[in-house]
Amino acid sequence: MKESIFTDPFKKARQETGIGEMDDQNDPVAMILGHKEVRRAAHNWKSYSSGAIPGRIVIPSEVNIRSIRQIPFEVDPPQHGAYREVVEKWFKRPLEKKYEEELTLQIEALVIEVLEQDSFEVIHDFALVLQSQALTLLFNVPFEEAQTWISWGTHVFRSKDSALDGAKANVLYDYIDQKLAESSSNPGKDFYAVLLAAEVDGKKLSAEEAKGVLILTFAGGRDTVINAVTNSIAYFAEHPKSLEWLRKEPELLPTAIEELIRYFSPLTQMGRVATQDTMVCQHAVKADSRISLCWASANRDETVFENADEVVLDRKANPHVAFGFGTHNCLGATHARQVMKVLLRTLIAKVKSIDIHDAKDNIEDLGDFKRKVGFDSLTVKFNKI
Amino acid sequence: MAQITFISSDNKSTVVSGNSGNLMELALQNKIEGIEGNCGGVCSCATCHIYVQPEDWTKIGPPNEMESDMLEFDDKTTNYSRLSCQIQVTDAIDGIVVNVA
Ligand code: HEM
Repeated sequence: MKESIFTDPFKKARQETGIGEMDDQNDPVAMILGHKEVRRAAHNWKSYSSGAIPGRIVIPSEVNIRSIRQIPFEVDPPQHGAYREVVEKWFKRPLEKKYEEELTLQIEALVIEVLEQDSFEVIHDFALVLQSQALTLLFNVPFEEAQTWISWGTHVFRSKDSALDGAKANVLYDYIDQKLAESSSNPGKDFYAVLLAAEVDGKKLSAEEAKGVLILTFAGGRDTVINAVTNSIAYFAEHPKSLEWLRKEPELLPTAIEELIRYFSPLTQMGRVATQDTMVCQHAVKADSRISLCWASANRDETVFENADEVVLDRKANPHVAFGFGTHNCLGATHARQVMKVLLRTLIAKVKSIDIHDAKDNIEDLGDFKRKVGFDSLTVKFNKI
Repeated sequence: MAQITFISSDNKSTVVSGNSGNLMELALQNKIEGIEGNCGGVCSCATCHIYVQPEDWTKIGPPNEMESDMLEFDDKTTNYSRLSCQIQVTDAIDGIVVNVA
């Protein structure tokens, strides 16, 4: 009963000062840890900007491996809103019936396949496959395209040896260039065509801008979804009663999903760059230095969440910030929630119980803090109903 | 049964009725334009924001602390703002008119 316990490394610092400090490639970060303070800073884009040089608001910083601006993520209002408007509707498609039906077929097939195996490794043989296949629906491209995306591995900028792998990023960039070129000569009904046809402030989106949106869509929805899926499987393996409970009361699914996402907080933090000298929790923040909005810490704030370190599947009031807050709140959340809903529905319909055979933790090294964000590998067996 | 009138941002008004669940769910069931309820009603997204008519305010009452903390950061918030997922559909709110924010 320990693989699915994700402890909160920020508790002491959050209670004592509200601030954590970490270095990252000589560009230190003052991490904001309290729920209220995180929401306030996320709302205050004038003081805490996303529009810094590309890559700098990401932790670890991607400044040295990326020069293309990710859109709308690395753009501040009011321009942010104009970009966001052209993609917002596309990202709501997961709510359509047909999308949900196709997603259900994909996930059922995958679950049926692994149910036949004596054991399988969840990250590579299940979550990565599920995530890549589901993304073909969001892009509206042929299902077969998932094969290529699966071959890239779990993270598009990271490899086994290095947290930031420039060569690996180039594989993604070249792929996107090629797809955009194909689409501009022969537009289909996919995300590429939507982007190339989009107009912002009366001007067509440039290929560079479209690329900025696409990199973000590939990168932002990848290890986050993989961790949400894998960690939830570890949780249900160790909490068979919870699986039974949802089987009996499936109407709890939406609440349960929000709670799993709060507890696991697949994206630990996101940075901002201060535009002026400010103060956070009596900590001086200099202009042009970095802060971070630590979603993972805010989501365990004991002044907001009762029994914050426990998974309470029927938690009714759950103002978590796992999908961010305010201006840049997660554009992929509709897709991610739909993936989780269909997955859990399929699990309760087909899987009696889950055994964990082996697990290796994926621990993020955040200076003084070590945070378990998921698994490097998780080997399990699904038992049939 | 409570009857509720939703007025969407394009001024279309829709009368719906219900006797259980919350107002956000009722709006979704009736496909009210502009009510999304992304988080399923746990008060973490503010995509079910509505304005209550001043004369109905006493029937509905003010938001609790968690909800008002959420509304505090929404630029569209007024003195008559509520998150519809936090309002139960009962006879007590029969006849109210709400505008989608
Ligand atoms: C459980 C899964 C996910 C989690 C926990 C998550 C978390 C987040 C968070 C915390 C932010 C806010 C970043 C900030 O404030 O700077 C964000 C933004 C974003 N996410 Fe996600 N995300 C998830 C899945 C996805 C998926 C599946 C996609 C797309 C395929 C996606 C695309 C985006 C985009 C485009 C933004 C930027 C929005 C903007 O700047 O306006 N995310 N996400």
